[in-house]
Amino acid sequence: MDAMVAIKQTFFQECEEQLGELEIGLLVLQDGDTDPETVNAVFRAVHSIKGGAGAFNLDELVHFAHVFENVLDHLRAGRLAASGDVLKTMLRAADMLADLVRAARDGGGTDAARRDMLAAELRALDPEAAGLESGGSHRDSSEDNSEGPVFEAVPISFDDMEIEPAPGEHHFCIRFTPKPDLYAKANETALLMRELGRLGEAVITCDFSRLPVLDEIDPEGSYLSWTIELRTVQDETAVRSVFEFVEWDCELDVVPGDAVQRVDEGAVESLIEKMQATIEAELASQKVPPTAIQAPRDELSAPTAGSAGQASSNPPGGKPDTGKSSQATIRVDLDRVDRLINLVGELVINQAMLTQMMLEAGLARASGVANGLDELEQLTREIQDSVMAIRAQPVKSVFQRIPRLVREVAAMTGKTVRLTTAGENTEVDKTVIERLADPLTHMIRNAIDHGLETPERRAAAGKPEEGLVHLSALHRSGRIVIEVADDGAGIDRPRVKAIAVAKGLITADAPLSDEEIDNLIFLPGFSTASAVSDISGRGVGMDVVRRSILALGGRISIRSKPRQGSTFTMSLPLTLAVLDGMVVTVAGETLVVPLTAIIETLQPKHASVHGFGGNTRVIAIRDQFIPLIDVGHELDYRAGFADPCKSVALLVESEGHVRSALLVDAILGQRQVVIKSLETNYQHVQGIAAATILGDGRVALILDVDAVVAGSRVAGAGFEQFCAAAG
Amino acid sequence: MSKTVLTVDDSRTMRDMLMLALSNAGYRVVQAEDGMHGLEVLKDARPDVIITDINMPRMDGFGFIEGVRGDGLHRAVPILVLTTESDAAKKDRARRAGATGWIVKPFDPVKLVEAIRRVAA
Repeated sequence: MDAMVAIKQTFFQECEEQLGELEIGLLVLQDGDTDPETVNAVFRAVHSIKGGAGAFNLDELVHFAHVFENVLDHLRAGRLAASGDVLKTMLRAADMLADLVRAARDGGGTDAARRDMLAAELRALDPEAAGLESGGSHRDSSEDNSEGPVFEAVPISFDDMEIEPAPGEHHFCIRFTPKPDLYAKANETALLMRELGRLGEAVITCDFSRLPVLDEIDPEGSYLSWTIELRTVQDETAVRSVFEFVEWDCELDVVPGDAVQRVDEGAVESLIEKMQATIEAELASQKVPPTAIQAPRDELSAPTAGSAGQASSNPPGGKPDTGKSSQATIRVDLDRVDRLINLVGELVINQAMLTQMMLEAGLARASGVANGLDELEQLTREIQDSVMAIRAQPVKSVFQRIPRLVREVAAMTGKTVRLTTAGENTEVDKTVIERLADPLTHMIRNAIDHGLETPERRAAAGKPEEGLVHLSALHRSGRIVIEVADDGAGIDRPRVKAIAVAKGLITADAPLSDEEIDNLIFLPGFSTASAVSDISGRGVGMDVVRRSILALGGRISIRSKPRQGSTFTMSLPLTLAVLDGMVVTVAGETLVVPLTAIIETLQPKHASVHGFGGNTRVIAIRDQFIPLIDVGHELDYRAGFADPCKSVALLVESEGHVRSALLVDAILGQRQVVIKSLETNYQHVQGIAAATILGDGRVALILDVDAVVAGSRVAGAGFEQFCAAAG
Repeated sequence: MSKTVLTVDDSRTMRDMLMLALSNAGYRVVQAEDGMHGLEVLKDARPDVIITDINMPRMDGFGFIEGVRGDGLHRAVPILVLTTESDAAKKDRARRAGATGWIVKPFDPVKLVEAIRRVAA
């Protein structure tokens, strides 16, 4: 890939980060924070975007960022107060900036009218421009412009100052006397002479006359001065630009003149006076008439020739080129990481095979080989964890998009919403993060659109008009749990039930618990919005959210309290590459059950298993009736049913905190397995989440616990009635 | 042996661009993300030239320049600051802090190398 293309990609990535910082900073300011570093960080974000955009000639972006930056500069300097209105405008400007960045990245245009309107609003905030706003002539103030003189170039033509110039060649006499400061700033005379030498033919003379005796030399002092006669095709600007960095720290005269003549000091003085007079006259008139200044031609001795570039008395200090690079981060192509993860996956399988072979070979557990294998297993696991950590990213990148979404949805619905977040730094696999954005977006929309009441209704209910949406992430038992909570009206259960009945999803007399009613909203084809709104009702319901979460190996559930609000909880695996599983056998097949789903395992006793009607059976576990699901039967491995007392029951919890007992024939052990997609390699199989390769090289299927439980519930309806009857 | 340039900038884009331009010109590049980081890596990096941004988190360019100039071992290392066209005051302040020269953003790779050549042997 072309290097600049790669850098441009980096730029856009960095823009996203900067936009996130910008938004967070503005929100923090909105909360009343007045930390100067917050303001500075906000300024820096816009400044960086502008800087990078300039390098890639993204003019539209540069211009808008520039206007934005100017206002932020006023905010930073305290000339503009961070009032609510100012910050609201800035937040909208931040959204506009984000749109411009994306337009620059993905192609396509932005709303020019909106951009111009926001730019005008930003300019209107400029306390200095307020009085003299005339459009376009705003001051160019990007940084630290509050103090210090403003330098403006005064155009002066030196063309007529030259004396008998050879065609295309100029002659200059340069007198250069460094001040100690020049050396203190690590400038070097030798390099300046070398640069002059590059311009043409230089005759350099060093003046040692001010050099004191050794005892009196101040090592930090400056005692030498130089006279350089230069013949060059370059003009005076080029000559002066050599001294660009040192002009404050030296005395410098550049006099166009005859190359074979030296200018003495007195002559130079008078020349300077004349030039100054000319310049002052120009400044007064702001016009540049032709000027003729004669350089003295007489009284000049012959030059003492010196060699170019060797007149310095200030050699560089010892700076060896050795030393290690000290980068804190490196950027790695994602493909390489994925390849590494794949290889580690193979390593895990290989290591499992080795263990298996060792057992089959009848080697004692205590043998040296076994110990070595144990260590290998430990190491493999550590490597795997480390590699997975490379892919882990904070959920921040997704959370950062939410404030804008909340603002947009709030504006569309006419509700006032306050968003709080927690756990932005919780890390999870990149793939999970990428696939999290859509469901999360929909859940937030849903929370504002359906969850929160209008300000009037909130006021009537005695709540603050501003509705709350809380978004949080945390790690819990090897999974990431993301919650979206609102303090709205909660699920309107009678209405949800009525709709479900009307849509034929349930029968009118179905005895459902509150929790079950709440979960009806996840059913396909369910939508409670009475008018299909622009926001949530884009043909995407909570069932789609649920499906996408399930596809990630996750679960989603809802808790709701009337008048107090609802909380949606998503629980997702930290990675999609490996899984801790329990290896079991069912009707001669080997299956893997994800360990995270299993609460406990038990041996059913005859007395605890109850059948009631048809094939439905339940098991009593600590005074609770849990439906018993025969995995072999569910997956059609066998036609009949296994004897519970000769099987093992795995107590599992599936989505919505539903508990079930899965009946399997035997447990072989626990193992970390590498997930291989069935969809990619074969096709989707009902009740199966994925496949893996076991230590003996055989393929084993990974059970999709939620799907198996859901499937059995459809088949075994009536359990709810049983529960209701049992109390 | 190629010369080492230490680049100090909080923007990854800018660091990458400097890296590209400098490595194409045959320099060895060490990167730091802000002034504080710059001072930390100084000893290991032993740069021949330093290029630094001004506005950075934790420690800005002025603080960094003062830090380098106050360090007995590295006080003579030339420092070029990255500035934007309009920053006369900032340039002046950087100069007073001890900057050797400056590079105007967005920089032209040829001018960048010229500026380095002007301050480094």
